[in-house]
Order: sequence, then structure tokens, then C-alpha cells
Amino acid sequence: MHSLDFDYMLSLVPVLLSYLPLTLEMAAAGMVCALILACLLAVVRVTRVPVLNALALLFISFFRGTPLLVQLFLFYYGLPQVLTFLVSINGVTAAILGLTLHFAAYMAESIRAAIVGIDRSQVEAAQSIGMTQGQLMRRIVLPQATRVATPTLMNYFIDMIKSTSLAFTLGVTELMGATQKEAAGSFLYFEAFLVVAVIYWIVVEGLSWVQKWLERRLNRAYQR
Amino acid sequence: MIDIRGLRKRFGEHTVFSGIDLTLARGEIIVVVGPSGTGKSTLLRCINFLEQPDGGQIRVGDLSFDISRVTREQILALRRRTAFVFQNYALFYNKTALENIAEGLIVVDRQPKARAYARAREILERIGLADKADAYPASLSGGQQQRIGIGRAMARNADVILFDEPTSSLDPQWVEEVLGLMKQLAADNQTMIVVTHEMQFARDVADRVIYMDGGEIVEQGPPSELFTRPQDARTQHFLRQVLAANPV
Repeated sequence: MHSLDFDYMLSLVPVLLSYLPLTLEMAAAGMVCALILACLLAVVRVTRVPVLNALALLFISFFRGTPLLVQLFLFYYGLPQVLTFLVSINGVTAAILGLTLHFAAYMAESIRAAIVGIDRSQVEAAQSIGMTQGQLMRRIVLPQATRVATPTLMNYFIDMIKSTSLAFTLGVTELMGATQKEAAGSFLYFEAFLVVAVIYWIVVEGLSWVQKWLERRLNRAYQR
Repeated sequence: MIDIRGLRKRFGEHTVFSGIDLTLARGEIIVVVGPSGTGKSTLLRCINFLEQPDGGQIRVGDLSFDISRVTREQILALRRRTAFVFQNYALFYNKTALENIAEGLIVVDRQPKARAYARAREILERIGLADKADAYPASLSGGQQQRIGIGRAMARNADVILFDEPTSSLDPQWVEEVLGLMKQLAADNQTMIVVTHEMQFARDVADRVIYMDGGEIVEQGPPSELFTRPQDARTQHFLRQVLAANPV
């Protein structure tokens, strides 16, 4: 057993932090795309559009039923063999695609639950004043469903940030990939992975603060 | 102004209406009474197409169509002419009092926001809640919420306002303020159809009282006649029971 090499750890911090932006970019892009896709899936599920609803169910079942790592390999290594025009899908794109589809499947279900939870009479009130289905979804149902779904969606976002580390298996040098390379050079695995663990931890903690602030804001209309 | 002919409605195997006729003149106030489960609310909901009726003819103002051949545009046009007040208020919980009233003006009528909010403030003034413009429903009493529900119905000058048991969910102390507002509307010659168990309101305000039972209009007439000299045995029985419980 050797004592921790603190100097090495300190020197590693700025090196690793320079890869944080890529990690956050992948998570942010994945989250935005996943949210849009999840909303579409949820609306299809709630309104039971024929055919589309069946496709949505199949999509959700597949992307919830298989490991994210398998999906990433499928997109990065597998897909270009079938769709030859994809010969060079880059790792970052494949990772964002995988994160988007995987998390959209989960988020669709929690958004659907939140939509179904909005009390039916508000929907009728919106219909009674002549709003179309699209208008009442946009103006009345989705804003309220957002409030209900926010805590769960933030949890998925946190999960997504951590899951970007899987992109290193596609050859992307993001936070995790960079740590792996540094550690392989110095052989100080424990120090290196401890530093990266703390970096992930701090980012997620920061996000929890954002979550609390967001929930307070969204609850403003509901204070008695 | 409103003319409904042969309105039919079924829920699965159960026939609610096999053919209802109802005519209203402009400014007329109709109160619908009758036992629970006889289709009073369903009738109102069919007039606003919250329930889709199965057949019949409907005319409201200049809009007229055959229900079995109705289009989406006709349904939206009908809803524009018939405002609805719900038993449980059904305010938009994510919107302030002002926004609740202005919502239809902005989204459905596509009015500029400034004009819609000016109109909404005018309504808030009339319903006595000018100081609650920025309050969210969760912070308001049942009576205040229902007055805003009525304000939302008033905002767009619909041809008729349909009230579905507007005081049934209210704590007793709020009933009077809501009935008071409805009387104010009646005094302004607002055309309305009110489903309610408030017999005193029916007697004071209605031009015509309709007694419904088993999905049909059994009897109708001015309150002075219907309440004192009901012709049909079912009406007599119902009124005896109700008036014994709540003497007018």
C-alpha cells in the first residue's frame, strides 16, 4: 500500500477539467433531443394515435429492454455495416444518438404519467372554450405535466451525464476517456479515478441545486 | 336563438336521450331541475359537444348543422358560441385569474394580448375580483374560483352560458356570492341554461323551469306555474321531496 499522491491528483484536475465541456455538451445535446422525442412519444401514447402508438410502444420496449452499452455498440460498430453511407459515424454523434434514444424511452413514460395525471376537467374546460387538441396540450396540459415530471426528468439528466462516460468505449476522449489515458501513463489508477469520480460528483451536486431552484419556481402557482 | 331538435345520445347500450327538443329565445333564462342521473348535465355537455351527441339538429345563432354530419370546424364554432361553467370550476391551475379569463380571447380568438387583458380586467371588475388579477387558483376560495369560472365564460360574449351545477361543490358560505353573480348576469339579459338544485334561484330568476326525468323533458313552464301547479305525477313527486328538504 502506498500513500495517495496528492500532487499528482492536483495536477490532474486542470487536465481532466478541459474534457468536461465535451462531456457536458454530449449530455446537454442528448437531453434536449431526448426531451423532444419523449414529448412526442408521450403525446402519441396518450392520444393513442393508431399505428404510431404501436410503434412508440415497440420503441420504448426495445430501448428500455436493452443495455445502453449494447445500444451504443450497435450504433457505432454495427450500424455502419448495414447502412453503408454511415461508414464514418463519429463517436460523439453515436453517443448522443444512443443517449437520446435510450433516455427518451424512459422519459416518455414519466411524461405520459404526468400528462395522464392532469385533472380531466381542465382539459374539458379548454375544449369548452374552443381550443384545439394541440392548443390545449401546449397551453394547459404540457406546462403542468412539466411541473409534475421535472424531478424525475432531472434524475434522468443526472443519469445521462454519468452515462456519457460510456462514450469512451466508442473511442471518444471525454472525461472518462481522458482519465483512462492519464492513468495508463502514470499507473496511478486509484488517484486518477478518484479525481474523476469527484468531478462527476460535484457536477451532479451542482445540478441538484438547479433542480431545487427549478422545482421551487415551477411550484409558485401552487402556493396556497 | 337556440334550437335543438331530436337530440339523441347513447352511452354504449344505454340510451340517454331518444330525441330531445329545446328552444331558447335570446335573453331567456332556463333552469333545468330533476333527479340525479336523468341526463341534465349530459344535455348541457351535448350542447357544448363535451359529449358528442349521436343525432339531431342544432342551431345556435347563425350556426346550424345536422349532428350526424358535424365537422371539426362546426364543433369549434359551436363551442365559441356556447360557454360552459363547471361544477368543480375547472380553472387552469397554471394560470392566474386574469390569464384564465383572457386565455380563450388570446388562443382561440387570436386577440392581441393587450386587448385581451384589458377585457379580462373589465370582467374581473364586474365579478368583484379586480384585486385578485394575479392570484393563482390554488390560493383562492371555492367561491372566488367559481366566479372566475363564470368570468371565463363571460369573456367572449358567447350566445349562451351553460351552468352545470355551479354551486354544488361549494362550501355553503360561498353559494350566495356565486348565485348573486348569476343573478347579476340574468339582470343583464344573458341567455343561460342552468342545471341546479337551488330551487329558490330557479323561482327568483328563471323565465322557464324544465323538469327532466329519465332522459326526457317531462314538463316545463314559468316557475310560478311549475312550482305551484305541476301537472305530471313525476314532477309533483320530485318537487314534494325537494321542497320538503329545502322549503322555498
